[in-house]
Amino acid sequence: MSESPKPVRASVDWTACQGHGGCADLLPELITLDEWGYPIVQERPVPLEAQRRARKAVSECPALALRLKAP
Amino acid sequence: MNTAVLPVRIRLLPTSPAARLLPSEPLNHDAHRAVYGDLPRKGGAEVIAVADHAGLCGQGGAAFPTHRKMTAVREAAYRTRRRPVVVANGSEGEPASAKDKALLSLAPHLVLDGIALAAAAVGAEQAFLAVEAGHGLGRYLTDANRRRRTQSAVVVRVVEVPSRFLSGQESALTSYLDGGRAKPRFQARPVFENGVGGCPTLVLNVETLAHLALIARHGPAWYRSGTAGSLFTVRYADSTPTVVEAPPTSPLQEVVGGPAGQAMLVGGYHGTWLPGESVARSSPATLGVPLGAGLLAVLPHDRCGLVETASILRYLALESAGQCGPCLNGLPRMATAFAELARPTPGSDLRRIREDLSRWSGLVTGRGACRHPDGTARLARSALMTFAAEADDHTRGYCRAPNRPPMLPPTAASSAN
Repeated sequence: MSESPKPVRASVDWTACQGHGGCADLLPELITLDEWGYPIVQERPVPLEAQRRARKAVSECPALALRLKAP
Repeated sequence: MNTAVLPVRIRLLPTSPAARLLPSEPLNHDAHRAVYGDLPRKGGAEVIAVADHAGLCGQGGAAFPTHRKMTAVREAAYRTRRRPVVVANGSEGEPASAKDKALLSLAPHLVLDGIALAAAAVGAEQAFLAVEAGHGLGRYLTDANRRRRTQSAVVVRVVEVPSRFLSGQESALTSYLDGGRAKPRFQARPVFENGVGGCPTLVLNVETLAHLALIARHGPAWYRSGTAGSLFTVRYADSTPTVVEAPPTSPLQEVVGGPAGQAMLVGGYHGTWLPGESVARSSPATLGVPLGAGLLAVLPHDRCGLVETASILRYLALESAGQCGPCLNGLPRMATAFAELARPTPGSDLRRIREDLSRWSGLVTGRGACRHPDGTARLARSALMTFAAEADDHTRGYCRAPNRPPMLPPTAASSAN
């Protein structure tokens, strides 16, 4: 791709999240799980090398709870 | 209107009736116009300018500058090409607060005037007046609105909402008005852009609207002069709560009508516990903490602040909407830990309890669809600070008020409030 990707941040729809944890598996540098299995998401833009995995995590979340939005 | 539904006392602002929010008796529209005069006609831009110059901020909890909210809704309406809606929030989810109910029953036409002004500010033709169910306010206000002598450009619908702590949360309220449940929604777009019916929605507390109605008559300079009163709910143990109208710059002792006691809970159940001696020479405006819903609860020396807080935290955990994992998991655990703290148990592991509470507070803050867990964590934290000595006493088996029930609602005794 010739254009640089737009900066994005991961964000969670808490009313949908069920704590499946797939996002933490795909994005360990950005997301860890708390003691109840819910994602702790770092408040920084998704690094370039993680953007493809981030889009995968969004599409694979069973609860459709993960989103990417402008930082 | 049967004022017996409101078991509160009222303390009036000692000023001319036209310059205060609360009258001594409920005012119908004729009496209202006799006291306050007719509502001056004002264009939308003028209303926003007047709110701006007066420095009017929200009286429901967040204290956000009203003119900025109005401008945001007005601009969103222009951008989305959808006609905006006004929501007057009189749902008063705080169980210890009575100021909104008092205002609505004594001066409904100040609120209705405010709604007309707010509607003009954003170009709305439709407004909702949300009130707590169970007090007869729905019928009373529908009646008052119907009997207004002056025709308004805005159609006002009075809606009773469930008596839940979160019913008045912005997105929960707009969800309920849309025919859904009164639970906070995950907001991809904020309410001022996408609220009732997907339209830009201006949500304002009923007291804020009443302030606006007075500012329209007396001007921004009057409002800034320091004589205008705000509403507070003052609570003491074993006595009827009092709704007090007073300038926020008044000495605290004057506002609460007595000494500050052992400690004061300021704002509401998402508020702050402050030690009594630290606030003795303050005014509400200089306390250094948000005034929230205007609650000023005085904890006397013969009551235990940990017992009070444990009771409030249990209530807050039960009032979670239950939609978000961190809140659903964290709040009950915090309530249980605090219940342990509230019991004078010799040898209890205070350090472990504090560590757990601190960790859970961090985990629930900022990780939900609304700020309910954040506010709950803030209350717990302020209680731990203000009642640190009490917590130490409890680990030695001593409590200053063993076996006394909490003074703040909900308790069995106050369920009628």
